[in-house]
Amino acid sequence: MKILVCISKTPDTTAKIAFTDNNTKFDVNGVQWIINPYDEWYSLVRAIELKEADASTLIHLVTVGAADAEPIIRKALALGGDEAIRVNTDSHDSFYIAAQIAEVARQGGYDLVFTGKETIDYNGSSIGGMVAELLDLPYISLATKFELAGTTATVTREIEGGEEVNEVALPFVLSATKGMAEARIPNMRGIMAARTKPLKVQEPVAVDALTSVSGFGLPPAKAGVKLVDAENVEELVRLLHEEAKSI
Amino acid sequence: MSVLIFIDTAEGHVKKASLEALTYGAKVAEQLGTTAEAVVLGTTQDDLPALGKYGVKKIHHVNNDNLNHLDAQVYTKVIAEVAAACGADTIIFSNNVNGKAIAPRLSARLKAGLVAGAVALPDTSQGFVVKKNVFSGKAYAMISVSTPVRIIALSPNAYQTLAGEGTAEVVAFNTSADAPKVKLVSVNKASGEVPLTEAEIVVSAGRGMKGPEHWGIVEELARTLHAATACSRPVADAHWRPHNEHVGQTGFAIAPNLYIAIGISGAIQHLAGVNRSKVIVVINKDPEAPFFKAADYGIVGDAFEVVPRMTAAIKKLRGIA
Ligand SMILES: Cc1cc2nc3c(=O)[nH]c(=O)nc-3n(C[C@H](O)[C@H](O)[C@H](O)COP(=O)(O)OP(=O)(O)OC[C@H]3O[C@@H](n4cnc5c(N)ncnc54)[C@H](O)[C@@H]3O)c2cc1C
Repeated sequence: MKILVCISKTPDTTAKIAFTDNNTKFDVNGVQWIINPYDEWYSLVRAIELKEADASTLIHLVTVGAADAEPIIRKALALGGDEAIRVNTDSHDSFYIAAQIAEVARQGGYDLVFTGKETIDYNGSSIGGMVAELLDLPYISLATKFELAGTTATVTREIEGGEEVNEVALPFVLSATKGMAEARIPNMRGIMAARTKPLKVQEPVAVDALTSVSGFGLPPAKAGVKLVDAENVEELVRLLHEEAKSI
Repeated sequence: MSVLIFIDTAEGHVKKASLEALTYGAKVAEQLGTTAEAVVLGTTQDDLPALGKYGVKKIHHVNNDNLNHLDAQVYTKVIAEVAAACGADTIIFSNNVNGKAIAPRLSARLKAGLVAGAVALPDTSQGFVVKKNVFSGKAYAMISVSTPVRIIALSPNAYQTLAGEGTAEVVAFNTSADAPKVKLVSVNKASGEVPLTEAEIVVSAGRGMKGPEHWGIVEELARTLHAATACSRPVADAHWRPHNEHVGQTGFAIAPNLYIAIGISGAIQHLAGVNRSKVIVVINKDPEAPFFKAADYGIVGDAFEVVPRMTAAIKKLRGIA
């Protein structure tokens, strides 16, 4: 079995969010970069577990980005995975990225394509669905469990107020969220091995982006907290009822 | 030209998030000087003409057994057909669980620019620009869509439902939907509880509760307020509470009218998922807890004393003994 795992580079969760160039670009100054948590903790680790259960499984990682994405992809290789492909381009919009991943997927003939639920920077939740459509494959989003028996997968996904279990035959695309697997830390052996694992660089296919960012902004700051004495909880309830009108 | 709104259903009933999408879509149609139409797939028990009160004029109902459960691949093809038939240049989804599955597919299929997680009406003064949250709510971006057809997936709880007068004309749309490849095996829904992403009020608790055995007072407050319950990440990671309650940058992003945070410190990753809540109340025994900076109302005190008092005060307000 061959699995393609999509890996995205995102700012660390504590990164200062600021913009430059008249609020049109994210300020990367001093930002630490991490593997997008949904890609790392859930999608990649679940793929690694599948390989641990069946050693013949091949895991390929794909990232769409410039050379500065390489430390991230090496870290992902240190966790597991056999080889990586970097599509050498500055990223544009979700559709542009999805089209690059779909091209890699077509070339590799994968049984499964895994993505994270969303990236924590653009929160698009779009790549998996777009890749699936471009490949004309089924898509299961927000997957919290994945089991495989032969060529049929049983996938649990989030729905409003609960979850549902679906069955679907390979090949297909899924987006992974919490529940799929437990986060891991790469070990020394993995880090050493990652240094010599193949990391192929390929040029992007020509695709037009469908959207662009015309500007960024920060939400207005809160006016300040109104503190109520712990002995006077009725006053808080009164404020919530009469002033905030939220209960 | 028209605006087409996707009406999402669960067990045959229209979801609350779709009422928001309908209200929003009708407003977009008004802005663009066209009419709002909608599409609903599969069997439904709800009164579809009555949805006209949200401003939709015409509803295309594709009642086909292959559409009774979501297979995003099958749904996408059918919605694309309906969109073509009614000449839609703007297609609206809720960015809820099903919207996230379908809207990106439709975007790729139609080469239609997608704004996933819109929080405001489009600005059409210069092109077509839609505001959405980025960096898990720590910032917003203005997304410019230049394609002939555009898709907006509206963030749940970002746009107020507004019911007026009116009845929608419901027309059967006949097409042969493909047999689904995704088969539903089972649904597991906590009955009687308010789904977190749809809740108006959310009562959330963190490590300050010391252990899962103490959640009774949290649940009691939530029940009294008809609220959903949520928790911080360490609480879900320690299996004190189920994963589907974890809110924050790496859990659910929510935007209720009221968010009550009990014994949660307010780490940046937690705030990221909840800072779009309209009103935030923090109960924490540490006056230095960072959450107070992001709060509207706060009580510095011991949750084990404050929370039962709050429940009692709300019962009193509502006249419940
Ligand atoms: C990559 C990454 C992603 C993350 N994503 C998320 C996320 O999505 N969501 C999330 O929540 N966290 C996330 N975190 C974790 C986050 O950094 C914090 O560690 C976490 O939110 C803390 O949870 P807490 O507030 O419940 O616990 P703590 O930080 O331990 O805070 C407990 C609070 O309870 C108060 N308290 C204690 N006893 C009482 C009492 N009797 N009465 C009242 N108050 C009391 C304390 O004063 C304290 O403020 C993430 C971290 C990382 C590194």
